[in-house]
Amino acid sequence: MEIYGTGIASRLMLGTAQYPSPAVLADAFRRSGAGIATVSVRRESGGERAGTAFWDLVRELGVRVLPNTASCHSVREAVTTAQMARELFDTPWIKLEVIGHADTLQPDPFGLVEAARILVGEGFEVFPYTTEDVVLADRLLEAGCEVLMPWGAPIGTGLGLTNIYGLRTLRAQFPDVPMVVDAGLGLPSQAAMAMEMGFDAVLLNTAVAKAGDPAAMAEGFARAVEAGRLAYEADPMEPRDMAAPSTPVIGRAFLE
Amino acid sequence: MRQARILGAGVAGLCVAAELSARGVAVTVFDPAPQPGPHGCSWWAGGMLAPFYEGETAEAPVVRLGQEAAAWWESKGVEVVRRGTIVVTLGRDRRELDRFARRTEGHDRLDADRLAALEPELAGRFDQALHFLAEAHLDPRAALAHLRDRLERAGVDFVAEEARADDGPTFDCRGLAARDVLRDLRGVKGEMAVLRAPDIRLTRPVRLLHPRYPLYVVPRGDGLFMLGATQIESCDRVRRVRSILELLSAAYALHPAFGEAELVEIGVDARPAFPDNLPRLQRMGETIHVNGLFRHGFLLAPALARMAAEAACDGTKPELMHEDQN
Repeated sequence: MEIYGTGIASRLMLGTAQYPSPAVLADAFRRSGAGIATVSVRRESGGERAGTAFWDLVRELGVRVLPNTASCHSVREAVTTAQMARELFDTPWIKLEVIGHADTLQPDPFGLVEAARILVGEGFEVFPYTTEDVVLADRLLEAGCEVLMPWGAPIGTGLGLTNIYGLRTLRAQFPDVPMVVDAGLGLPSQAAMAMEMGFDAVLLNTAVAKAGDPAAMAEGFARAVEAGRLAYEADPMEPRDMAAPSTPVIGRAFLE
Repeated sequence: MRQARILGAGVAGLCVAAELSARGVAVTVFDPAPQPGPHGCSWWAGGMLAPFYEGETAEAPVVRLGQEAAAWWESKGVEVVRRGTIVVTLGRDRRELDRFARRTEGHDRLDADRLAALEPELAGRFDQALHFLAEAHLDPRAALAHLRDRLERAGVDFVAEEARADDGPTFDCRGLAARDVLRDLRGVKGEMAVLRAPDIRLTRPVRLLHPRYPLYVVPRGDGLFMLGATQIESCDRVRRVRSILELLSAAYALHPAFGEAELVEIGVDARPAFPDNLPRLQRMGETIHVNGLFRHGFLLAPALARMAAEAACDGTKPELMHEDQN
């Protein structure tokens, strides 16, 4: 998989918030082999690099860092946060979140497109956190995004893929755009399903961080992602109504 | 060991002083600030002695060693309220309570009636709760002041300055200030508030589980309540509006009468923590560091102090002891 010209080996991306400790966070990365870590820079932005110690721990994971604009509710906040993230982590990558609704944390589609356009203009490589809306996806691609991150369900809910039809349509409409299902996954089976549907990767945080054993859950997700991807590449059979025996029926009267 | 120096007069330093002094060691405590106060993060603590609750996210030693705390503080003459702690959730987060119950021990499940009998103030507000029976709480500022006075009377010497470089047995209990030598120590910011709400008569700490805005409320007597605490990966000491807004909103959700409370104080500090969020004894030459107590200062300082004193006086090799590699 390639995103913005960078080859990505692991199709599992993990967030770095809410773990019992940084040591458990590191275990989760080790056991899952996740290759990209998202980091929220907004809340800890104390001005004098106050979150440095934690960010150093994230850097020591040895994975690629994808800073995000989590909990930004306006275009201006998101743009400012992205600029700060670029300096802090020395990367043009930014996972763009512009939240439009406090309870569901649903993306603000209008603000998202506007912020994406501004950031692409400033040379950022934008990973927009979006819904499964096809029109919105089109606008984001027009704005210069080369990857899309549609939600499975609202952030932190663990509900899985709540609009399978919508996600399938999105995937089919833009077959060549890398897509990462981001947010709402609670179980490895849901991640496997996203991968079977042809999404390129999944990103999750709460499902791992809040599990009783985060490292074990991270490994569970990693295996599911691998299984789902293998299945997708293997070109699965089509479901059908008529039973078809998998052993030959020769020698038996099958047309009675 | 006949004499020892202690660097830092926060909760860790004072507990180590108490343990050494009790073993007949002549102790001198160095801290530029002469009295407990807002310069140290112990000042901002909640004062909950809640080892079983912490078991949800903390490693096993926290639960085990934390069980020593209540008796230790009582043995030093500090007033400890042993009425347990209560955990509740708002209606739509009820499953959080089930998960929490599954991952912790030492609790009773309460229905609405039993909760009302225990804390009438919460009657009709929550239909389920957990009661951690063996837990307790204290007033951290009173405890620090009391312990310091007691140590001074017992002959412990307090010197209001930085310690000079010196040979001899040293216990470094400076918290985050020890980052100059303990490289993997980091600050985890916590913000808190103190409210005066004389109409609310809670008698034990109450925790509100919430996926976004968790809260605990600790009664401090005289109508005072401590609200805590944010947990942010940062060592700045800025009191953010958003954090306080969240704490106050959660308190209001717990009990609307908090909306009429007087806002007495807003505090912030950074807790010293190692990457596994477990405390450590770290031996470096003649110095033993007692650090990384994270959000468990009053809960774990007694056990860490005992273990540090045993290691120094009796040559034991306690758990959580890291030997210097050099």
